Amino acid sequence: MSKVILTVDDSASIRMMLKMTLTGAGYQVSEAANGVEGLAKAQEKPAHLVFTDLNMPVMDGLTFIRELRKLPAYRGVPILFLTTESDGEMKRQAKEAGATGWLVKPFQQDQLLSVVKKVLGA
Amino acid sequence: MSAVDPTEIFRQEAEELLEQLEQALLDLEHAEDGRELVDGAFRALHTIKGSGAMFGFEQVAAFTHEFETAFDRVRKEHLAPSRELVAVALAAKDHIRALIEQAETADAAAGDAIIQELRRVTDDGGAEIDEAPAVEPVADQTGTTTWRIRFHLAQDALVTGTKPLLLLDELRSLGTCTVTGLADAVPPLEELEPEALYLGWEAILATSHPREAIDEVFMFVLDDMKLEVERLDAPPAAGPSADPAPAPSPVGEAEAAEPDLSTVPVVVPLAAPEKTRREADAGKTTNSIRVPAERLDQLMDRVGELVIVQARLSQLAASGADTALKSIAEEIERLANELRDTTMNVRMVPIGSLFGRFRRLVHDLSRDLGKQIDLVTSGEETELDKTVVERLADPLVHLIRNSIDHGIEPPSTRLAAGKPMRGQVRLEARHAGTEVLIAITDDGKGLDRDRIRAKAEEQGLLAPGLKLSDNELYQYLFHPGFSTAREVTAVSGRGVGMDVVKRLIEALRGTIDMATTPGRGTTITLRLPLTLAIIDGLLVRIGQDRYIIPLTAVEECVELSAAEDGRSAGRSFLSIRGDLVPFLRLREVLGSNSPPDPHQKVIVVSTGELRVGLVVDQVIGNHQTVIKSLSRLHADVDTFSGATILGDGSVALILDIAQAVELGHAQADRQRAS
Repeated sequence: MSKVILTVDDSASIRMMLKMTLTGAGYQVSEAANGVEGLAKAQEKPAHLVFTDLNMPVMDGLTFIRELRKLPAYRGVPILFLTTESDGEMKRQAKEAGATGWLVKPFQQDQLLSVVKKVLGA
Repeated sequence: MSAVDPTEIFRQEAEELLEQLEQALLDLEHAEDGRELVDGAFRALHTIKGSGAMFGFEQVAAFTHEFETAFDRVRKEHLAPSRELVAVALAAKDHIRALIEQAETADAAAGDAIIQELRRVTDDGGAEIDEAPAVEPVADQTGTTTWRIRFHLAQDALVTGTKPLLLLDELRSLGTCTVTGLADAVPPLEELEPEALYLGWEAILATSHPREAIDEVFMFVLDDMKLEVERLDAPPAAGPSADPAPAPSPVGEAEAAEPDLSTVPVVVPLAAPEKTRREADAGKTTNSIRVPAERLDQLMDRVGELVIVQARLSQLAASGADTALKSIAEEIERLANELRDTTMNVRMVPIGSLFGRFRRLVHDLSRDLGKQIDLVTSGEETELDKTVVERLADPLVHLIRNSIDHGIEPPSTRLAAGKPMRGQVRLEARHAGTEVLIAITDDGKGLDRDRIRAKAEEQGLLAPGLKLSDNELYQYLFHPGFSTAREVTAVSGRGVGMDVVKRLIEALRGTIDMATTPGRGTTITLRLPLTLAIIDGLLVRIGQDRYIIPLTAVEECVELSAAEDGRSAGRSFLSIRGDLVPFLRLREVLGSNSPPDPHQKVIVVSTGELRVGLVVDQVIGNHQTVIKSLSRLHADVDTFSGATILGDGSVALILDIAQAVELGHAQADRQRAS
């Protein structure tokens, strides 16, 4: 059974790009547009990896990460956040909230896949 | 634990190799078939060159390369190792040592001259001189570099989704990788957070990827982890290097993604990297490990403390009626004794390592003095405390120099006296009870009684006409500034005198004796304790205080009756089986005010041949004693050589016997004079 990846981003185009690349590589993808939706989706369909944007309406990425880590099922699940290179302070905060790593926007498909491989294994 | 500096390890290794090289060269001179010796010398050179380049000793590597090239020729072409070759090779060996110790101050011109000479003596005429760059490339042909990577992730790393196994997999994908788990940070079970990560890992990675590739692996966790990356096959970076891994126990393949409680240190032996293989080779030949000396000292110290506490426990148990406690105390006493013996054993090294050094000394000295002398050694396997062996080097060098310079005659004189032309110095070591005897014997002309006597009288050390035993007379040789050498030669008669030798030996709680037969030679015998840390002592009481007299110095105990004491009041001599032995009233020396016991005892102690009696109130009994040195504040106290703690926690001082004997005889001399 292929692994499930949850993508949480308010930008549909980003979600699309993630979904295309990841499904193309054989992963199952579930999607959410903000943190609240994301928490619901995460419990509905347990994910092996979570991608989240940080700037989102309703519930931002940092809160989402913290809330997700409180769920016993998500302790230890890799959470990667999408960020821009310049955002050093955000990186620190997101790591503190419980994120595993990050992916710098903009990214290429192979960059995305290599970071997935890095946290999920081959 | 002290940090281990790789260059220091190289220095040590090189020191040993140079030692081997020197032995091989010296043996070459006499060997019938020197092939194995040449091979041995070549191997030592090769290793010095290789590791020298790796640890940044480029000059050592360059010079050794030339040396090695010359020896390669000897080896391949089976050149007969001439005297000339051995001489220049020894000089070259010394030059390497100088380069290792201080490359900047080493004499480069001398080095070049040695190389020219080496080429000349090994050159068969037209052979081309190898001008190729001497230093072997640091990395091998494939450009592989070996790194030691040690890392501890943040404790919450597992919770936040980092999977250590994936990191290790990534490292493995970079090259050949051996991983060891580090469990040193794992707390006791009751403090252990089930989700926390305590393990660390050490990976030895041989990779052709650049250093950045390693950081890349840890990119997400780099900010909140401890990561040490050290290049193993190159000069280490300036920063402090890591301690070696605390003896990891090899288990199977790294399987655990999330290290649960059962995750013990994990080792993946893939391909042993260069360094490990070399260590394994070294282990094969000696089957021993190298431990910093201070750790042994620390161990001995702790054992000493343990023995003291154990003595207190035994005393406590003996004073009560608790039989269970008594049996435990006995058991602990047995274990503590065994532990003490084992620890002392660990510190023992064969004296042969020391003897080896003297061959060069004898070789050089006899050449310089135009004498022909063989050094014959025996008892190399005799073991002594490491510290004792180290501190014996200087006195022995001096004694051997003396034998060669003053003892053994020039060949012509020897022939005239009907002796073999070649002189002989024998160095023998053997065990005698708890002591080690080391004898230096030469077959030279022996000591000149009359000249020693004349010199002693001339210097005012000895009253003319006073009757002395031979041994008493020879003791004057140990007086500061006493030298019968008519002229000072380059070899002996400078600076260090026999008085210094004596002091050094006494500092080791040893004694020194001489025996000589005119025209036949001299034997100097050193008696040394096996160890410095513990002595068997005789516990005595003087007034309220207790003191320890080293048992090795004790000859006998006799009673000093009140009547005899009164009789001898003015003249402190005791007749023991016809011998007049001076005695010291320790209560006077130590300033004890309490009245003497009615039945005082005299303990006769000796250093070599000189005897003196020590008057004490009571002999309490044997006491095995852990010696504690006196503090620096008491460095100038020479009545005592140390202190110890008794079973009841009180302190007893250890009497310095050499000093006591000296004091006793000084007093006797005064009384004889009056």
